[in-house]
Amino acid sequence: MSTPRSILETGFDVEKVREDFPVLKQTIHAKPLVYLDSAATAQKPFVVIDAIRKFHEVDCANIHRGVHELSQRSTAAYEETRGKAKRFLNARSRSEVIFVRGTTEGINLVASSWGRQNVSKGDEIIISAMEHHSNIVPWQMLCEEKDATLRVIPMNDRGELILEEYEKLLGPRTRLVAVGHVSNALGTINPVRTVIDMAHRVGALALIDGAQAAPHMKIDVGLLDADFYTFSGHKVFGPTGIGVLYGKAKLLDAMPPYQGGGDMIRTVTFEKTTYNEVPYKFEAGTPNIAGGIGMGAALDYVTNLGLDRIAAYEHELLVYGTQLLSRIPGLRMIGTAREKAAVLSFVIDGIHPHDIGTVLDRMGIAVRTGHHCAQPVMDWFGIPATTRASLAFYNTTSELDALADGLRKVKEVFG
Amino acid sequence: MVDDLYQETILDHSKRPRNHHEMADANRRADGYNPLCGDRLKLYLKVENDVVKEASFEGAGCAISTASASLMTESLKGKTREEALRLIDKFHTLLTTDTPASKDLGKLVVFCGVRDYPARVKCATLAWHTLKSALNGTGEVATTE
Repeated sequence: MSTPRSILETGFDVEKVREDFPVLKQTIHAKPLVYLDSAATAQKPFVVIDAIRKFHEVDCANIHRGVHELSQRSTAAYEETRGKAKRFLNARSRSEVIFVRGTTEGINLVASSWGRQNVSKGDEIIISAMEHHSNIVPWQMLCEEKDATLRVIPMNDRGELILEEYEKLLGPRTRLVAVGHVSNALGTINPVRTVIDMAHRVGALALIDGAQAAPHMKIDVGLLDADFYTFSGHKVFGPTGIGVLYGKAKLLDAMPPYQGGGDMIRTVTFEKTTYNEVPYKFEAGTPNIAGGIGMGAALDYVTNLGLDRIAAYEHELLVYGTQLLSRIPGLRMIGTAREKAAVLSFVIDGIHPHDIGTVLDRMGIAVRTGHHCAQPVMDWFGIPATTRASLAFYNTTSELDALADGLRKVKEVFG
Repeated sequence: MVDDLYQETILDHSKRPRNHHEMADANRRADGYNPLCGDRLKLYLKVENDVVKEASFEGAGCAISTASASLMTESLKGKTREEALRLIDKFHTLLTTDTPASKDLGKLVVFCGVRDYPARVKCATLAWHTLKSALNGTGEVATTE
């Protein structure tokens, strides 16, 4: 994480940034909307909305192979995003960028394609105790099919991975380690560089679920030496239904296709099909073209804003919000890692998160309540659910004040 | 602000749930589970000659689900199995339609506000799904899904 600097020093003009997000300018139940659910999906700036609209109004055609003008335009616009994603991740080549529906599909692609080819009976896959269901279930399914074993890196009370325990899990049968860069339920920023190095030392590969990292920090897959890295467009201020899977070229080349269909082939006869080159080998069927173009605009937007500035400003918000909430009697933060992204997950004694969420909603404040698709995390902390306020760079300290006031009201109702 | 949902009776029953204990000599039991929020509930009934003599529950949930279970156990006492099954339907109608509340619901009409909060209907119905399972004796975990 970047060195914390003050908001003034970073010169982050949040009011100007908020002008870019039309959805934020509305009232909910007669109160100004306070959107604190960006970890579920981030709001979209005008540039993303406009890019999608322009595609449908002006350039709409199917991509690849069309010789007419519109098809060439749409192909160019869609493929331009591949270049943007390559730069966003600092990948070596455009062919290492595969378009998927989102992080979930990115992980499933690797589990299905690489996993089926490379995992066999007695092999081991390692995940962590704080994974989202999407980075648990695909590996469980693979392990079940192959009679392989799923191992889980435990965490401490703060919600940090215990690397000494991870070391003990690694061995000659470890084939792959799949860990989230940032925990959606806890906000923990995991030391993925170290996690990857340790995996490589025993000859295993590493996949990083970057869904919660991409909106908040600069990602460099080369520096991390990640074998696979995947994120979703909609969490990084783009549309839903589009995301990226990065994979090292030599791994992708050796992997079998994921789905069969159009676009992923070179030649087809009834006797034999030869497959297209990467990345197209993994992209069967007409993709989410508008989504891809919208995601390109989103990547430009956050890059122009500057991920280092975003991280510094969000850190200020996190520190402010943490202090504010810690003054509320009976409130316990869930996830207090020393390295943390802007997620405030908490429980309040004797008050169920769903009741908290309903009362806050009536005050115009959108938070998420529940298990955040991380039931094992809830089980570990011995709670059924938490209330989670997740922040983005368009949030303000006064919105956090509104959250704290809202929680005091909650305590009045249920106290 | 949220008084239409969290009426005084609901808050009272959520903070001081009635019949909130295990029942060792129950002859009908069922477990309920709401996978959306992770809430779990155990329901105990003592049914004699087709009449519910006693009802109790264990488990913690949100204010709506706890109050619903508490008020449900109160309202069941003395009801025949048929009457209890009819009450389930009437309660469900109260939560999901605009039709005037049945007089048989008694105190349970305090849940009428839930219909304006679609995301919370399943909180209110968890205990009732569990009741149906207990009365029908299926022994399966009742879920709201």
